[in-house]
Amino acid sequence: MEATIEKNNLPEQDVEKGTSLWADAYTRLKKNKLAMIGGIIVIAILFLCFILAPILSFFGFSANSQDLDKTFSGIGQNGYILGSDNLGRDLMMRVLEGGQISLLVAILATVLTVTIGIIYGGIAGYVGGRIGGFMMRIVDGLLAMPFLIIVILFREIIGGHVNETAHFLTSEWGWHKDTVDRFANLIPLTLAIAGFGWLTMGRIVRASAASLAKQEFVEAARSLGLSHRRILFRHMLPNMLGPVIIYATLTIPSFILYEATLSFIGLGIEPPNSSWGKLIKEGANFLESYPTVLVIPAILFSLTLFAFNFLGDGLRDALDPKASKD
Amino acid sequence: MTKLILSRVLQTLLVVFFLVTFVFFAVRAIPGNPFVSEKKTTEQERAALEAYYGLDKPLPVQYFNYWKNILTRGDFGDSLGMKGRKVSTLIKESFPVSLKLGLLSLFFGLIIGIPLGIIAALYHNKWQDYIAMIVAMAGICVVAFVLGPIFQLVFGKPLPILNVAGWSRSSDILLPAITLCFGVAAYLARLTRGGMLDVLSQDYIRTARAKGVPTMKIITKHAMRPALMPAVTYLGPAFAAIITGSFVVETIFLVPGMGQHFVTGITSNDYNLVLGLVLFYGILMGIANLLSDIALLFMDPKLRKA
Amino acid sequence: MLRNFIILTLASFAFVACETRSDVEIANEENILIMGNSAEPKGLDPHLVSGVLESNIIRALFEGLCVEHPSKNEESLPGAAKSWTHSPDYTQWTFSLNPDAKWSDGVPVTARDFAFAYKRLLSPDPNWPAKYAEMLYFLKNAEAYHKNKFGHILCGNDTNFPLPWDTLKEANFDGDPTIKLKSFNDKKFEDLKKSKREKLAKYLQDGETIDLSKITPKEVNFNDLSSPEKRIYFNAKGIDKLSEKELTFLKTQTDVIKWTDKVPENIRQIVLDRIIEHHKAKKPSLWDKAKVGVTIVDDFTLKLDLRGPVPFLHHITKHYTWFPVPKHVVLKYGEINTGLSSPWTKVGNIVSNGAFKLKKWRTNHILELDRNPHYWDNENVHLNGIRYLPVKNLFTETRMFGDGQLHITYKVPAELLKMAEEKYPKSLRKEDYVGVRYIRVNTAKSPFTDPKVRRAFALAIDQKALCDKVLMGGQQPASGIVPPFGDSQPAGVIQFDPEEAKKLLAESEFADPASRPEITLLTTDSDSSLREAVAYQAMWEKHLGIKVRILQREWSTYLSRQFSQDYDLAIAGWIGDFLDPTTFLEMWITDGGNNNTGWGSKQFEDLLKEAENTADPAARLQILAKAEKTILDDTPILPVYWYATNYLIRPEVKNWHPLLLNNHPFKFVKIEK
Repeated sequence: MEATIEKNNLPEQDVEKGTSLWADAYTRLKKNKLAMIGGIIVIAILFLCFILAPILSFFGFSANSQDLDKTFSGIGQNGYILGSDNLGRDLMMRVLEGGQISLLVAILATVLTVTIGIIYGGIAGYVGGRIGGFMMRIVDGLLAMPFLIIVILFREIIGGHVNETAHFLTSEWGWHKDTVDRFANLIPLTLAIAGFGWLTMGRIVRASAASLAKQEFVEAARSLGLSHRRILFRHMLPNMLGPVIIYATLTIPSFILYEATLSFIGLGIEPPNSSWGKLIKEGANFLESYPTVLVIPAILFSLTLFAFNFLGDGLRDALDPKASKD
Repeated sequence: MTKLILSRVLQTLLVVFFLVTFVFFAVRAIPGNPFVSEKKTTEQERAALEAYYGLDKPLPVQYFNYWKNILTRGDFGDSLGMKGRKVSTLIKESFPVSLKLGLLSLFFGLIIGIPLGIIAALYHNKWQDYIAMIVAMAGICVVAFVLGPIFQLVFGKPLPILNVAGWSRSSDILLPAITLCFGVAAYLARLTRGGMLDVLSQDYIRTARAKGVPTMKIITKHAMRPALMPAVTYLGPAFAAIITGSFVVETIFLVPGMGQHFVTGITSNDYNLVLGLVLFYGILMGIANLLSDIALLFMDPKLRKA
Repeated sequence: MLRNFIILTLASFAFVACETRSDVEIANEENILIMGNSAEPKGLDPHLVSGVLESNIIRALFEGLCVEHPSKNEESLPGAAKSWTHSPDYTQWTFSLNPDAKWSDGVPVTARDFAFAYKRLLSPDPNWPAKYAEMLYFLKNAEAYHKNKFGHILCGNDTNFPLPWDTLKEANFDGDPTIKLKSFNDKKFEDLKKSKREKLAKYLQDGETIDLSKITPKEVNFNDLSSPEKRIYFNAKGIDKLSEKELTFLKTQTDVIKWTDKVPENIRQIVLDRIIEHHKAKKPSLWDKAKVGVTIVDDFTLKLDLRGPVPFLHHITKHYTWFPVPKHVVLKYGEINTGLSSPWTKVGNIVSNGAFKLKKWRTNHILELDRNPHYWDNENVHLNGIRYLPVKNLFTETRMFGDGQLHITYKVPAELLKMAEEKYPKSLRKEDYVGVRYIRVNTAKSPFTDPKVRRAFALAIDQKALCDKVLMGGQQPASGIVPPFGDSQPAGVIQFDPEEAKKLLAESEFADPASRPEITLLTTDSDSSLREAVAYQAMWEKHLGIKVRILQREWSTYLSRQFSQDYDLAIAGWIGDFLDPTTFLEMWITDGGNNNTGWGSKQFEDLLKEAENTADPAARLQILAKAEKTILDDTPILPVYWYATNYLIRPEVKNWHPLLLNNHPFKFVKIEK
C-alpha cells in the first residue's frame, strides 16, 4: 500500500494556483453524474434525519413508544406511515432516528480519525527515518489487532463515565433525559471506531507527508529556520488536505458499516435506541415473515452508502485524477 | 530482493511483537472472567483454575512466560473456555476451513472485480461505468448478514444440491464463498478502475492509441500490469484477513472456521485463544504483505531498480 | 497452481451434483437422527458441565439408575438398575443393577462405578470445579463431606463420641455468613454502615469497639487482638474453616468462639484435637469417615441412605449428575478428580454406558454418536446414531430444517413462529417446559432495598401482553416462581396490576423521583433477551414513570456481574432439573450459589428444612407452597413467565412426545421411513 501512495506526490504547481484547482475540480465533478446524484442524496438524507425527524418528534411522533396491540402494521396502517415493528413502534421514526445515530457516529468518528491521523501520520512522515518507521510499525501492530477488543475496552472504560455525566445532566440540570441518553451512548462507540479508524488515516497521511518532506519548499522553509511545528502545520498540512478529504468521504460509509457489523455481534447502541445497522440486523430476522422491517432501513442505509461512496470517488477523480486509487 | 525479504521479515517480527504485547494486556483489561459459568464458581475454585493456567502470577511474569512457552516449546497454551483443547489444535482444525473458503471467495472476487473495474475505466463517466460501479458498490452496501440469509432462501432451499448451511458436503463452500466475495470484488473493481484510469491517461498509451493499436491489445499488453498494482497492494492485507475467517459468514452458514474463535475468544475472555489467533494472524499478514511486495516488484520495473 | 485449484473445485462440484437427496433423506436411510444443539458443548464430563445443550448429549451417552419414560412425566423406567425398592419412609432406597449393563468397552457397570461417581462429584478438593454437587446433597452426609465439615465428620459421625452431635452442632462450626471479613477493607468500625454494625453487635458487649484493620489482613496476629476482635474473627470463620495454626491458638482460649454452655471445656479440647490431628496428617480423604449414604452391597446392589424422606428419588436419578462414570477409564487418564481438562472424555478415551457412544467431535462443526453395541438393551434401540450440530444462529437452523438438513431443531425464534405455523403446521411444537423467566433484583441497592419498590416493579409488568404479543410461543404468565406441574399448583400471587403498582411505589421510601438513583437492567446480548428488555423498559416507564437503562453484556460479563452482585435488575431464567418445586426454591437460600440477590430469610429456610423432613407428598407440597409465598411476599425476584419449548420436528421421527423437562430419552426415538 505504501509504495503506491508515496508515488502520488502532489505536483507543486497545483498548490500555487490553489483557487483554480478547486474550480477545475468542480467542473470535473459536475461531469460525473453519479457523484452529483450522490451529493444530492447525501444532502437529502441529512435533511431527513437531522431536520425532519426532530420536527416530527416535536409533533408527537416517537421512535420508542410501544403499542403491543399494533405490532406488524403494514405501510400506512394504524396511523403508521411506514408501518410498525414487532413491538408496535413507528418504523419511520426508528429509521430516521437510527439514521441520526449512524450518521453522527460515522461523521464524528471521521473527524476524530482525521485529526489523530494527521497529527500522528504527519509527525511520523516528517520525522521519517528509524523513528518514523518505528511509529508506523506500531500502527501496523494495532491494525492487526481484533477491532472487537478495542470496542469492548472503550465501552467499559468510557461508558461508565459517560453515563454518569448523562445522569448528572438530566437529574441536576434538567436536560431532556431521552435525548441526552440517546446521544450519550454513541460516544463510546464513536471513540472506539475512531480509535481503530485513525490507523489507516495515519498511514495515508504519513505517506504523503514523507514525500512532501523531501520537497524543495519544505527544505527552503527549514533553511529559513522555521520551527518544526510551523513547517508541519502551516506549510505541509495544506498540501496534504486533498487526499485526506477524499479519504474522509470514503471513511464515512465504511464507519456506518463498522457500526452495523458491531450490531450483529451484539455490541453498539444501547436499546431502545437504534441505528441503521441494528435495525437491519433485527430486520434480517424477519426476512421470511415480515420483510418490510428489513427493507425500509436497508434502502436508506444502502442509498447513503452509495451516495457517500460515489461522492467520494467523484471528488477523488475530480481533485486528483492521477491519484484515483486507494 | 533478499534485502527486501529480510527487512520485511524483520518488520513483521517487530509488528507481531507489538501486536502480541498490546493484545496481551488489552484482553486482560476486558471485564469478565474466563472461568465463569451458569453456576457460581467459588473463589477457591477460581483460584485453583487460575493457578492451573498460570493466571495467578503477576502480569509481567505471565507475559514473560507466554513468550517463553512459545519460543522454547512452541506451546500456545490451552484454551481457557473450551476445556481440554489446545489453542494450536483449534487453529489447526479451523484454519484449513477458513483458508479454503477464503481462497475460493478471493478467486470469485478477482473474476468479478477486475473485469468490472476495467470496463468502468474504459467507459469513464458513461453508463457502462455507472452500471459497473453500482454493481461493485452493491457488494459493499449489502452487508453479509443480509446477503447470507437471502442466499440461503434463494439458492440453498430450492436447489437440492445446495444446503442452506453446514460444512459436510463439498458444495457447502459455495454460498459462504459467494457471500464473502462481494466485498472483495467491490474493492478490487474500484481499485482497478482507478489504476486503469491513471494508466490510460499516460503518454505511452495515448501514443499507442494514436498509432491505431486495438484497444483490447493495449489493455492486455500494456495497460493491464501497471493498472493492477493498486489492486495487488490491497490484496496483501485483504488476503490475510479473508483466509482467517469472518464471524458473520461463519455463524450464518455454520462454517467451523477461525472467525468464530476470534469473537467467542474475546467475549468469553479466553486469553490464550485470542493471543494465539492474533499471533497467527500477524504472521500471516506479514507473509501476505511480503508476497504482495514481491508481486509488485515483478510488475513494476521502476521499483525493481530502486 | 491456481488452475489446478479451479479444476479441482469445479470437479468436486460436478461430483456432488449427483447427490440430490437431502441430508435428512440420507440420514433416514442410515437411521441417524440429526439435531440442532445451539452451540459448541463445553465438555462431556457429566460432573463438570451445567448447560442444557451438554445435557442433551450426555443423556444419550450415559444412563442413570432410572430412565425417562418417553411420554409420561411422572414415570421412571429401569435403566442401569433393573428394579428398586425403598423403605416406607422413603429414606433408604436399594437399587438392583442390571447385570447385563456394560460400558461401551464391554466392562460391566457395577455399583462401584456409581459409588465412585458420587465420590468424585462430591470431592471436597477446592480445586475440583464441579458445578452441580448440590444435586447429591439428598444423600445422607453428602453435604458435610463436600463442604469439609470436620466437626460433623470427625465428631458427629463417631458413635462413641462423648457428646451427641445434636448438642454439639449448636457450636459455631460453619461460621457466620453475615460477617464478611474481606468486605471491611480496612474501614473504621464507626464508618461501617448501620446494618453491618448491627451484625457485629451480637459479638460485642456494651461500649466495646474494635479495630477492623487488625482482622482483615491475610496473616492475622492473634496476640495483637483484643478479645472482642478475636470473637468476631473466629466466629466469622467458624471452627471448620480454621487453619491448623488458628486451631492451636483456639485451644488456649476456647471461649472466643461460640460453643454454647452445653459443651464443656474437655469436649472442646477433644473436638479441636481431632481437627488438628486431621490437619497434621495432611488432610487424608474423609470419604470413609464421612459415611456418605452410598453403600455397595455387592457388585450389582447399590444402597442409598438419604438425609430425609425423598419420595421422588427415582426422578432425581435421571439427572446426569446421578449418572455413573467409568471408574476404570477415569483412573486410567488421571486421578479421581483431575478435572480441569477431564482427559478421559476425549474422543478415543471416553467410554459410556448409554445407548450411544462418542464417534466424532469437531469444534463448531459436529458431534456424532454411534450405536453402543454393548448396551444392555441394544436390540430395542432404534437409532444407529445421533448427529448434533452446534447451530448458534437460530434463523439458520430453521432454514436448515426447511431444507431437510435437520430432524429436530433446538428452538424456533419468535420472529419465525408465524412463518413456521403457516409453513410447517405439522412440524411445529409448542410445549410446556418447567422453567421460569424472572428478573433478579439486587436487594442491596437502592431503591430495591424497599420491598414495596420491588413489588411495584413486579406488578407493572404486563405478563399476558408479553406472552401473547411478543413471545407468541405458548409461554404462560408466571404468577409465582414454580411452574405448575403434577400436583403442584401455581402460586397465583404476582399479577399485572398497574394501579396497585403505582400505589406501592407512592407508599415506598422512594416515592420521590429525586431520591431514586438511575436503574439499569442487565441482559445478555441475545435478540430474544433484548426484545424482552425493551418491552419491560416501556412497561415500567408507562406504569411507574421510571425509565431504566438497558445494559447489554456478553454472556461471561453478564454472569460475572450477577455473581458479584454488580447490577440493579437482571433478566434471568431457571430450568428445573427434576419435577419437584425444590429445584426452583433451593437456590434462594441465603448466599446460595445462584441466589445473587442478597436476599435471605430464616423463615423460608426453616420451611425448606421442614419439607425436607416431611414424607407425605401432599403435606410436603403445601409446605413448599408456603415457602414460595415467603419469597414472593418479599419479591427479591420478579417472575415474568413460565417457559415453553418451540421447536420443529420432522414427521418421520416417532416416540418424541411432549415432556415437561424436555429430556427426551433417545433410546426410544425411532425414524419411520
